[in-house]
Amino acid sequence: MKPAPFNYAKPSSVDEAISLLDGDATLLAGGQSLVATLNMRLSAPDLLVDINGLEELSGISVDGGTVRIGALTRHRELERSEVIAAQAPLIAEAVPLIAHPAIRNRGTVGGSIAFADPAAELPACLLALDGAVEIAGSGGRRKVGAGEFFRGLYDTALEDGELITAIEVPAAAGNQRFAVEEVARRHGDYGMAGVMASVTVNGETVEAARLVYIAAGGTPMLAEGAGAALAGNAIDEASIGAAQSALEGDLDPFDDMNSTAATKLHLARVMTERALKRIAGA
Amino acid sequence: MPDSIDIPPVVVTATVNGERVSRAVEPRMNLVDFLREELELTGSHIGCEHGVCGACTVRVDGTIVRGCLMLAVQADGAEVLTIEGLSESGEIADLQENFKTRNAAQCGFCTPGMLMTAAELLAENPGAGRTEIRQHISGNFCRCTGYQAIVDAIEETGRNRGEK
Ligand SMILES: Cc1cc2nc3c(=O)[nH]c(=O)nc-3n(C[C@H](O)[C@H](O)[C@H](O)COP(=O)(O)OP(=O)(O)OC[C@H]3O[C@@H](n4cnc5c(N)ncnc54)[C@H](O)[C@@H]3O)c2cc1C
Ligand code: FES
Ligand code: FES
Repeated sequence: MKPAPFNYAKPSSVDEAISLLDGDATLLAGGQSLVATLNMRLSAPDLLVDINGLEELSGISVDGGTVRIGALTRHRELERSEVIAAQAPLIAEAVPLIAHPAIRNRGTVGGSIAFADPAAELPACLLALDGAVEIAGSGGRRKVGAGEFFRGLYDTALEDGELITAIEVPAAAGNQRFAVEEVARRHGDYGMAGVMASVTVNGETVEAARLVYIAAGGTPMLAEGAGAALAGNAIDEASIGAAQSALEGDLDPFDDMNSTAATKLHLARVMTERALKRIAGA
Repeated sequence: MPDSIDIPPVVVTATVNGERVSRAVEPRMNLVDFLREELELTGSHIGCEHGVCGACTVRVDGTIVRGCLMLAVQADGAEVLTIEGLSESGEIADLQENFKTRNAAQCGFCTPGMLMTAAELLAENPGAGRTEIRQHISGNFCRCTGYQAIVDAIEETGRNRGEK
Protein backbone atom coordinates (compact mmCIF):
# COMPACT_ATOMS: atom_id res chain seq x y z
CA MET A 1 0.00 0.00 0.00
CA LYS A 2 0.97 3.65 -0.28
CA PRO A 3 0.96 6.19 2.56
CA ALA A 4 -1.83 8.70 3.04
CA PRO A 5 -0.76 12.23 2.09
CA PHE A 6 1.35 14.20 4.55
CA ASN A 7 3.37 17.37 4.63
CA TYR A 8 7.13 17.20 5.05
CA ALA A 9 9.55 19.43 6.92
CA LYS A 10 13.28 19.13 7.41
CA PRO A 11 14.36 21.34 10.31
CA SER A 12 17.97 22.44 10.72
CA SER A 13 18.12 22.55 14.51
CA VAL A 14 16.71 20.62 17.45
CA ASP A 15 14.77 23.69 18.59
CA GLU A 16 13.22 24.09 15.17
CA ALA A 17 12.27 20.40 15.17
CA ILE A 18 10.59 20.80 18.57
CA SER A 19 8.71 23.89 17.40
CA LEU A 20 7.30 21.88 14.48
CA LEU A 21 6.00 19.15 16.76
CA ASP A 22 2.77 20.77 17.86
CA GLY A 23 -0.29 19.45 16.11
CA ASP A 24 -0.44 16.07 14.39
CA ALA A 25 3.26 15.77 13.60
CA THR A 26 5.53 12.73 13.76
CA LEU A 27 9.32 12.59 13.86
CA LEU A 28 11.03 10.74 11.03
CA ALA A 29 14.46 9.29 11.85
CA GLY A 30 15.64 6.14 10.03
CA GLY A 31 12.09 5.46 8.87
CA GLN A 32 12.62 1.71 9.26
CA SER A 33 9.61 1.32 11.50
CA LEU A 34 7.70 4.49 10.73
CA VAL A 35 7.62 4.35 6.91
CA ALA A 36 6.42 0.75 7.08
CA THR A 37 3.48 1.83 9.28
CA LEU A 38 2.78 4.77 6.93
CA ASN A 39 2.83 2.46 3.90
CA MET A 40 0.35 0.18 5.64
CA ARG A 41 -1.69 3.21 6.73
CA LEU A 42 -1.44 2.17 10.35
CA SER A 43 -0.56 5.79 10.94
CA ALA A 44 -1.41 8.90 8.94
CA PRO A 45 0.05 12.09 10.45
CA ASP A 46 -0.43 15.55 8.91
CA LEU A 47 3.27 16.32 9.04
CA LEU A 48 6.53 14.41 9.07
CA VAL A 49 9.42 16.18 10.74
CA ASP A 50 12.59 14.68 9.25
CA ILE A 51 15.47 14.96 11.73
CA ASN A 52 18.06 13.42 9.39
CA GLY A 53 19.70 16.81 8.82
CA LEU A 54 20.50 17.33 12.50
CA GLU A 55 24.23 16.59 12.72
CA GLU A 56 24.22 17.46 16.42
CA LEU A 57 22.23 14.27 17.07
CA SER A 58 24.85 11.94 15.56
CA GLY A 59 27.93 10.36 16.98
CA ILE A 60 29.41 8.39 19.83
CA SER A 61 31.54 9.84 22.60
CA VAL A 62 32.94 8.83 25.97
CA ASP A 63 33.18 11.22 28.88
CA GLY A 64 34.18 10.32 32.43
CA GLY A 65 32.98 6.73 32.35
CA THR A 66 29.80 7.43 30.37
CA VAL A 67 29.23 6.45 26.76
CA ARG A 68 26.92 8.88 24.99
CA ILE A 69 25.29 7.81 21.75
CA GLY A 70 23.50 10.45 19.68
CA ALA A 71 19.91 9.65 18.71
CA LEU A 72 20.64 9.74 14.98
CA THR A 73 23.52 7.27 15.20
CA ARG A 74 22.71 4.42 12.81
CA HIS A 75 22.72 0.78 13.91
CA ARG A 76 25.49 0.21 11.37
CA GLU A 77 27.69 2.86 13.00
CA LEU A 78 27.30 1.12 16.35
CA GLU A 79 28.22 -2.17 14.72
CA ARG A 80 31.44 -0.72 13.35
CA SER A 81 32.43 1.47 16.28
CA GLU A 82 35.61 0.61 18.16
CA VAL A 83 34.40 2.71 21.07
CA ILE A 84 31.24 0.61 21.35
CA ALA A 85 33.20 -2.64 21.02
CA ALA A 86 35.52 -1.60 23.87
CA GLN A 87 33.21 0.38 26.16
CA ALA A 88 29.77 -1.10 25.54
CA PRO A 89 30.38 -4.71 24.47
CA LEU A 90 26.77 -5.69 25.25
CA ILE A 91 25.54 -3.29 22.57
CA ALA A 92 28.26 -4.43 20.17
CA GLU A 93 27.09 -8.02 20.55
CA ALA A 94 23.40 -7.18 20.16
CA VAL A 95 23.47 -4.87 17.14
CA PRO A 96 24.28 -7.45 14.43
CA LEU A 97 21.05 -9.21 15.48
CA ILE A 98 18.96 -6.14 14.57
CA ALA A 99 17.26 -6.66 11.21
CA HIS A 100 19.33 -6.83 8.01
CA PRO A 101 22.23 -4.74 6.65
CA ALA A 102 20.07 -2.43 4.49
CA ILE A 103 17.88 -1.70 7.52
CA ARG A 104 20.82 -1.24 9.88
CA ASN A 105 22.28 1.30 7.43
CA ARG A 106 19.27 3.58 8.03
CA GLY A 107 17.75 2.65 11.40
CA THR A 108 18.76 4.83 14.33
CA VAL A 109 19.31 4.42 18.05
CA GLY A 110 16.79 7.14 18.93
CA GLY A 111 14.14 5.62 16.68
CA SER A 112 14.60 2.21 18.20
CA ILE A 113 14.39 3.53 21.77
CA ALA A 114 11.37 5.75 20.98
CA PHE A 115 9.55 2.96 19.14
CA ALA A 116 10.18 0.71 22.17
CA ASP A 117 9.29 -2.59 20.60
CA PRO A 118 9.38 -5.19 23.40
CA ALA A 119 11.33 -7.51 21.07
CA ALA A 120 13.93 -4.88 20.10
CA GLU A 121 17.52 -5.30 21.19
CA LEU A 122 18.58 -1.72 21.97
CA PRO A 123 15.85 -0.93 24.51
CA ALA A 124 16.77 -4.18 26.31
CA CYS A 125 20.47 -3.28 26.25
CA LEU A 126 19.73 0.18 27.61
CA LEU A 127 17.81 -1.33 30.52
CA ALA A 128 20.39 -4.06 31.18
CA LEU A 129 23.10 -1.39 31.37
CA ASP A 130 20.86 0.81 33.52
CA GLY A 131 21.40 3.67 31.09
CA ALA A 132 19.43 6.85 30.54
CA VAL A 133 17.58 8.65 27.78
CA GLU A 134 18.28 12.32 27.11
CA ILE A 135 15.17 14.17 25.98
CA ALA A 136 14.64 17.68 24.61
CA GLY A 137 11.37 19.58 24.60
CA SER A 138 10.14 23.15 24.57
CA GLY A 139 10.71 23.27 28.33
CA GLY A 140 14.39 22.31 28.03
CA ARG A 141 16.31 19.07 28.39
CA ARG A 142 15.77 16.25 30.84
CA LYS A 143 17.16 12.81 31.48
CA VAL A 144 15.09 9.74 32.25
CA GLY A 145 16.53 6.45 33.55
CA ALA A 146 15.83 3.40 31.41
CA GLY A 147 13.78 1.86 34.24
CA GLU A 148 11.28 4.71 34.10
CA PHE A 149 11.43 5.29 30.36
CA PHE A 150 9.78 2.07 29.15
CA ARG A 151 6.24 2.17 30.51
CA GLY A 152 4.16 -0.33 28.58
CA LEU A 153 3.58 -1.76 25.13
CA TYR A 154 5.00 0.88 22.73
CA ASP A 155 4.52 3.36 25.57
CA THR A 156 7.39 5.47 26.89
CA ALA A 157 8.03 8.50 29.09
CA LEU A 158 8.30 10.69 25.94
CA GLU A 159 5.69 13.45 26.03
CA ASP A 160 4.11 15.11 23.01
CA GLY A 161 6.47 17.66 21.55
CA GLU A 162 9.62 15.97 22.83
CA LEU A 163 12.43 14.21 21.06
CA ILE A 164 15.26 11.96 22.14
CA THR A 165 18.65 13.59 21.65
CA ALA A 166 20.88 10.79 22.96
CA ILE A 167 21.19 7.76 25.18
CA GLU A 168 23.83 7.24 27.82
CA VAL A 169 25.23 4.03 29.25
CA PRO A 170 27.99 3.52 31.80
CA ALA A 171 31.26 2.38 30.20
CA ALA A 172 31.98 -1.29 30.89
CA ALA A 173 34.01 -1.92 34.05
CA GLY A 174 36.67 -4.60 34.43
CA ASN A 175 34.50 -6.69 36.76
CA GLN A 176 31.50 -6.77 34.45
CA ARG A 177 30.62 -9.63 32.11
CA PHE A 178 28.14 -9.45 29.25
CA ALA A 179 26.30 -11.84 26.99
CA VAL A 180 23.48 -11.73 24.47
CA GLU A 181 21.53 -14.86 23.57
CA GLU A 182 18.58 -14.81 21.21
CA VAL A 183 16.47 -17.09 19.04
CA ALA A 184 14.81 -15.79 15.89
CA ARG A 185 13.13 -17.68 13.06
CA ARG A 186 15.51 -16.14 10.57
CA HIS A 187 18.68 -14.14 11.15
CA GLY A 188 17.65 -10.50 11.60
CA ASP A 189 14.02 -11.12 12.46
CA TYR A 190 12.74 -9.82 15.76
CA GLY A 191 13.64 -12.48 18.32
CA MET A 192 11.08 -14.93 19.72
CA ALA A 193 13.03 -14.85 22.96
CA GLY A 194 16.33 -13.50 24.12
CA VAL A 195 18.33 -12.13 27.02
CA MET A 196 20.75 -9.23 27.32
CA ALA A 197 22.81 -10.01 30.41
CA SER A 198 25.04 -7.68 32.39
CA VAL A 199 26.67 -9.32 35.39
CA THR A 200 28.98 -7.66 37.91
CA VAL A 201 31.33 -10.11 39.60
CA ASN A 202 33.74 -10.15 42.49
CA GLY A 203 36.06 -13.02 41.69
CA GLU A 204 33.74 -16.02 41.19
CA THR A 205 30.85 -14.42 43.04
CA VAL A 206 28.05 -12.50 41.38
CA GLU A 207 27.60 -9.08 42.95
CA ALA A 208 24.67 -8.05 40.80
CA ALA A 209 23.01 -9.44 37.69
CA ARG A 210 20.76 -7.46 35.36
CA LEU A 211 19.13 -9.92 33.00
CA VAL A 212 16.77 -8.21 30.55
CA TYR A 213 14.51 -10.25 28.29
CA ILE A 214 13.01 -9.38 24.91
CA ALA A 215 9.59 -10.56 23.73
CA ALA A 216 8.76 -11.42 27.32
CA GLY A 217 6.16 -8.76 28.17
CA GLY A 218 4.99 -5.29 27.14
CA THR A 219 8.41 -3.70 27.69
CA PRO A 220 11.96 -5.01 27.84
CA MET A 221 11.69 -7.08 31.04
CA LEU A 222 14.25 -6.81 33.84
CA ALA A 223 14.20 -10.11 35.73
CA GLU A 224 14.54 -9.05 39.34
CA GLY A 225 13.90 -12.48 40.82
CA ALA A 226 16.52 -14.09 38.61
CA GLY A 227 18.97 -11.33 39.51
CA ALA A 228 18.35 -11.89 43.22
CA ALA A 229 18.81 -15.65 42.78
CA LEU A 230 22.26 -15.07 41.32
CA ALA A 231 23.49 -12.32 43.65
CA GLY A 232 25.96 -13.56 46.24
CA ASN A 233 26.45 -16.90 44.47
CA ALA A 234 28.87 -18.32 41.98
CA ILE A 235 27.42 -19.12 38.56
CA ASP A 236 26.86 -22.88 38.72
CA GLU A 237 24.12 -25.41 38.04
CA ALA A 238 22.31 -24.51 41.27
CA SER A 239 22.26 -20.73 40.78
CA ILE A 240 21.42 -21.05 37.08
CA GLY A 241 18.51 -23.34 38.02
CA ALA A 242 17.31 -20.87 40.65
CA ALA A 243 17.48 -18.00 38.16
CA GLN A 244 15.56 -20.06 35.60
CA SER A 245 12.86 -20.89 38.15
CA ALA A 246 12.45 -17.24 39.06
CA LEU A 247 11.64 -16.32 35.46
CA GLU A 248 8.06 -17.50 35.73
CA GLY A 249 7.42 -14.67 38.20
CA ASP A 250 9.66 -12.14 36.44
CA LEU A 251 8.39 -12.41 32.88
CA ASP A 252 4.98 -11.96 31.34
CA PRO A 253 5.19 -13.17 27.72
CA PHE A 254 2.12 -13.36 25.52
CA ASP A 255 1.09 -15.58 22.63
CA ASP A 256 1.77 -14.30 19.14
CA MET A 257 1.77 -15.78 15.65
CA ASN A 258 5.20 -17.33 16.16
CA SER A 259 4.84 -19.01 19.52
CA THR A 260 2.82 -19.39 22.68
CA ALA A 261 3.65 -17.71 25.98
CA ALA A 262 4.73 -21.09 27.35
CA THR A 263 7.19 -21.60 24.49
CA LYS A 264 8.65 -18.14 25.03
CA LEU A 265 9.12 -18.79 28.74
CA HIS A 266 10.82 -22.08 27.95
CA LEU A 267 13.10 -20.37 25.41
CA ALA A 268 13.89 -17.60 27.90
CA ARG A 269 15.11 -20.25 30.34
CA VAL A 270 17.28 -21.86 27.69
CA MET A 271 18.75 -18.46 26.73
CA THR A 272 19.45 -17.77 30.41
CA GLU A 273 21.49 -20.93 30.79
CA ARG A 274 23.47 -20.24 27.62
CA ALA A 275 24.22 -16.64 28.58
CA LEU A 276 25.24 -17.46 32.15
CA LYS A 277 27.43 -20.38 31.14
CA ARG A 278 29.20 -18.20 28.64
CA ILE A 279 29.71 -15.52 31.28
CA ALA A 280 31.02 -18.05 33.80
CA GLY A 281 33.47 -19.40 31.25
CA ALA A 282 34.85 -15.98 30.37
CA MET B 1 -5.04 13.30 7.24
CA PRO B 2 -4.76 16.19 4.77
CA ASP B 3 -6.00 15.97 1.17
CA SER B 4 -3.24 15.34 -1.30
CA ILE B 5 -4.51 18.37 -3.25
CA ASP B 6 -3.62 20.60 -0.28
CA ILE B 7 -0.06 19.41 -0.19
CA PRO B 8 2.50 21.31 -2.18
CA PRO B 9 4.88 19.08 -4.13
CA VAL B 10 8.51 18.99 -3.07
CA VAL B 11 11.41 19.20 -5.47
CA VAL B 12 13.85 16.32 -5.38
CA THR B 13 17.22 16.77 -7.03
CA ALA B 14 19.51 13.79 -6.92
CA THR B 15 22.25 12.08 -8.87
CA VAL B 16 20.83 8.79 -10.10
CA ASN B 17 23.23 6.41 -11.82
CA GLY B 18 25.59 9.31 -12.38
CA GLU B 19 22.98 11.57 -13.93
CA ARG B 20 21.51 14.64 -12.25
CA VAL B 21 17.71 14.51 -12.14
CA SER B 22 15.13 16.83 -10.70
CA ARG B 23 11.40 16.20 -10.20
CA ALA B 24 8.55 17.72 -8.20
CA VAL B 25 6.81 14.93 -6.29
CA GLU B 26 4.42 14.37 -3.41
CA PRO B 27 6.20 14.11 -0.04
CA ARG B 28 4.62 10.70 0.48
CA MET B 29 6.29 9.16 -2.57
CA ASN B 30 8.70 6.36 -1.67
CA LEU B 31 12.14 6.31 -3.27
CA VAL B 32 11.47 3.08 -5.14
CA ASP B 33 8.28 4.51 -6.67
CA PHE B 34 10.21 7.61 -7.64
CA LEU B 35 12.81 5.49 -9.42
CA ARG B 36 10.26 3.29 -11.15
CA GLU B 37 7.55 5.80 -12.01
CA GLU B 38 9.30 9.14 -12.40
CA LEU B 39 12.57 7.85 -13.86
CA GLU B 40 11.33 4.60 -15.45
CA LEU B 41 14.11 2.65 -13.79
CA THR B 42 12.09 -0.50 -13.25
CA GLY B 43 14.98 -2.76 -12.24
CA SER B 44 14.25 -2.03 -8.58
CA HIS B 45 11.26 -4.15 -7.67
CA ILE B 46 8.45 -3.76 -5.19
CA GLY B 47 7.35 -6.72 -3.10
CA CYS B 48 6.11 -6.17 0.42
CA GLU B 49 6.40 -2.38 0.85
CA HIS B 50 7.26 -2.78 4.51
CA GLY B 51 10.94 -3.65 4.58
CA VAL B 52 10.73 -7.42 4.76
CA CYS B 53 11.54 -8.76 1.28
CA GLY B 54 14.48 -6.70 0.00
CA ALA B 55 13.26 -6.52 -3.62
CA CYS B 56 13.53 -2.73 -3.55
CA THR B 57 17.16 -2.54 -2.37
CA VAL B 58 19.16 0.34 -3.88
CA ARG B 59 22.38 2.15 -2.96
CA VAL B 60 22.15 5.64 -1.51
CA ASP B 61 25.35 7.55 -0.77
CA GLY B 62 27.36 4.36 -0.93
CA THR B 63 25.26 2.06 1.27
CA ILE B 64 22.29 -0.17 0.55
CA VAL B 65 18.84 0.86 1.76
CA ARG B 66 15.24 -0.23 1.38
CA GLY B 67 13.70 1.84 -1.42
CA CYS B 68 10.27 1.30 0.13
CA LEU B 69 11.29 2.67 3.54
CA MET B 70 12.91 5.88 2.35
CA LEU B 71 10.97 8.81 0.94
CA ALA B 72 12.01 10.23 -2.42
CA VAL B 73 12.33 13.65 -0.77
CA GLN B 74 14.91 12.18 1.62
CA ALA B 75 17.12 11.40 -1.37
CA ASP B 76 17.35 15.10 -2.22
CA GLY B 77 21.05 15.82 -2.74
CA ALA B 78 21.99 12.15 -2.59
CA GLU B 79 23.81 9.81 -4.95
CA VAL B 80 21.51 6.95 -5.86
CA LEU B 81 22.66 3.83 -7.64
CA THR B 82 20.13 1.31 -8.95
CA ILE B 83 20.71 -2.09 -10.50
CA GLU B 84 20.76 -0.40 -13.91
CA GLY B 85 23.69 1.82 -12.90
CA LEU B 86 25.45 -0.92 -10.97
CA SER B 87 25.27 -3.25 -13.98
CA GLU B 88 26.54 -0.60 -16.34
CA SER B 89 29.45 0.25 -14.07
CA GLY B 90 30.86 -3.26 -14.45
CA GLU B 91 31.37 -3.53 -10.68
CA ILE B 92 29.44 -6.78 -10.49
CA ALA B 93 30.01 -8.28 -13.94
CA ASP B 94 31.70 -11.29 -12.32
CA LEU B 95 28.87 -11.76 -9.83
CA GLN B 96 26.26 -11.55 -12.57
CA GLU B 97 28.15 -14.12 -14.62
CA ASN B 98 28.21 -16.46 -11.64
CA PHE B 99 24.48 -15.91 -11.03
CA LYS B 100 23.92 -17.01 -14.63
CA THR B 101 26.12 -20.08 -14.63
CA ARG B 102 24.88 -21.20 -11.20
CA ASN B 103 21.22 -20.61 -12.06
CA ALA B 104 20.96 -18.28 -9.08
CA ALA B 105 18.28 -16.27 -10.88
CA GLN B 106 15.14 -18.16 -11.79
CA CYS B 107 12.10 -15.88 -12.11
CA GLY B 108 14.48 -12.98 -11.43
CA PHE B 109 12.17 -10.99 -9.19
CA CYS B 110 14.54 -10.98 -6.23
CA THR B 111 17.70 -10.72 -8.35
CA PRO B 112 18.28 -6.93 -8.51
CA GLY B 113 17.93 -6.62 -4.72
CA MET B 114 20.01 -9.72 -4.18
CA LEU B 115 22.81 -8.36 -6.40
CA MET B 116 22.75 -4.94 -4.69
CA THR B 117 23.01 -6.63 -1.30
CA ALA B 118 25.70 -9.12 -2.33
CA ALA B 119 27.72 -6.32 -3.97
CA GLU B 120 28.00 -4.55 -0.61
CA LEU B 121 29.23 -7.69 1.12
CA LEU B 122 31.73 -8.50 -1.64
CA ALA B 123 33.12 -4.96 -1.56
CA GLU B 124 33.60 -5.06 2.21
CA ASN B 125 34.52 -8.66 2.78
CA PRO B 126 35.17 -10.77 -0.32
CA GLY B 127 36.39 -13.58 1.94
CA ALA B 128 32.99 -13.98 3.63
CA GLY B 129 32.08 -17.59 4.34
CA ARG B 130 28.70 -19.21 3.72
CA THR B 131 27.31 -18.31 7.15
CA GLU B 132 28.26 -14.67 6.74
CA ILE B 133 26.80 -14.66 3.23
CA ARG B 134 23.54 -16.13 4.50
CA GLN B 135 23.37 -13.58 7.31
CA HIS B 136 24.08 -10.73 4.93
CA ILE B 137 21.33 -11.72 2.49
CA SER B 138 18.91 -12.68 5.28
CA GLY B 139 16.77 -9.66 4.44
CA ASN B 140 16.31 -10.64 0.80
CA PHE B 141 13.58 -13.14 0.05
CA CYS B 142 13.86 -15.51 -2.91
CA ARG B 143 10.84 -17.69 -3.56
CA CYS B 144 12.42 -19.76 -6.33
CA THR B 145 15.98 -20.87 -5.83
CA GLY B 146 16.14 -22.11 -2.24
CA TYR B 147 19.15 -19.77 -1.81
CA GLN B 148 21.77 -22.50 -2.28
CA ALA B 149 22.70 -21.36 -5.79
CA ILE B 150 22.74 -17.72 -4.71
CA VAL B 151 25.12 -18.44 -1.85
CA ASP B 152 27.28 -20.49 -4.25
CA ALA B 153 27.46 -17.62 -6.74
CA ILE B 154 28.38 -15.04 -4.11
CA GLU B 155 30.92 -17.32 -2.48
CA GLU B 156 32.59 -18.11 -5.79
CA THR B 157 32.74 -14.45 -6.79
CA GLY B 158 34.40 -13.58 -3.50
CA ARG B 159 36.85 -16.42 -3.85
CA ASN B 160 37.82 -15.38 -7.37
CA ARG B 161 38.22 -11.76 -6.36
CA GLY B 162 40.46 -12.80 -3.47
CA GLU B 163 42.73 -14.69 -5.85
CA LYS B 164 43.26 -11.72 -8.13
C1 LIG C 1 12.12 -6.07 8.29
C2 LIG C 1 12.51 -5.36 9.55
C3 LIG C 1 13.08 -6.08 10.58
C4 LIG C 1 13.43 -5.46 11.76
N1 LIG C 1 14.00 -6.22 12.74
C5 LIG C 1 14.38 -5.63 13.90
C6 LIG C 1 14.99 -6.38 14.94
O1 LIG C 1 15.22 -7.59 14.83
N2 LIG C 1 15.33 -5.73 16.08
C7 LIG C 1 15.11 -4.38 16.24
O2 LIG C 1 15.43 -3.84 17.28
N3 LIG C 1 14.56 -3.64 15.27
C8 LIG C 1 14.19 -4.23 14.11
N4 LIG C 1 13.63 -3.45 13.12
C9 LIG C 1 13.36 -2.02 13.38
C10 LIG C 1 14.58 -1.14 13.17
O3 LIG C 1 15.56 -1.40 14.14
C11 LIG C 1 14.24 0.36 13.24
O4 LIG C 1 15.36 1.02 12.79
C12 LIG C 1 13.88 0.94 14.59
O5 LIG C 1 12.86 0.27 15.24
C13 LIG C 1 13.36 2.35 14.42
O6 LIG C 1 14.39 3.22 14.17
P1 LIG C 1 14.27 4.30 13.03
O7 LIG C 1 15.40 5.22 13.21
O8 LIG C 1 14.14 3.64 11.73
O9 LIG C 1 12.95 5.08 13.46
P2 LIG C 1 11.70 5.61 12.64
O10 LIG C 1 11.08 4.49 11.90
O11 LIG C 1 12.07 6.81 11.88
O12 LIG C 1 10.79 6.05 13.84
C14 LIG C 1 10.18 5.10 14.72
C15 LIG C 1 9.36 5.86 15.76
O13 LIG C 1 10.22 6.57 16.65
C16 LIG C 1 9.97 7.97 16.60
N5 LIG C 1 11.27 8.62 16.69
C17 LIG C 1 12.32 8.42 15.84
N6 LIG C 1 13.40 9.12 16.26
C18 LIG C 1 13.03 9.75 17.40
C19 LIG C 1 13.70 10.63 18.32
N7 LIG C 1 14.98 10.96 18.16
N8 LIG C 1 12.99 11.09 19.38
C20 LIG C 1 11.70 10.73 19.56
N9 LIG C 1 11.01 9.93 18.73
C21 LIG C 1 11.67 9.43 17.67
C22 LIG C 1 9.23 8.20 15.31
O14 LIG C 1 8.41 9.33 15.38
C23 LIG C 1 8.44 6.91 15.16
O15 LIG C 1 7.29 6.97 15.93
C24 LIG C 1 13.25 -4.06 11.92
C25 LIG C 1 12.69 -3.31 10.89
C26 LIG C 1 12.32 -3.95 9.70
C27 LIG C 1 11.72 -3.14 8.59
S1 FES D 1 9.41 -3.88 -1.16
FE1 FES D 1 10.90 -2.95 0.08
S2 FES D 1 11.53 -4.57 1.34
FE2 FES D 1 9.87 -5.47 0.26
S1 FES E 1 14.59 -16.06 -8.52
FE1 FES E 1 12.45 -15.94 -8.23
S2 FES E 1 12.31 -14.92 -6.32
FE2 FES E 1 14.40 -15.29 -6.49
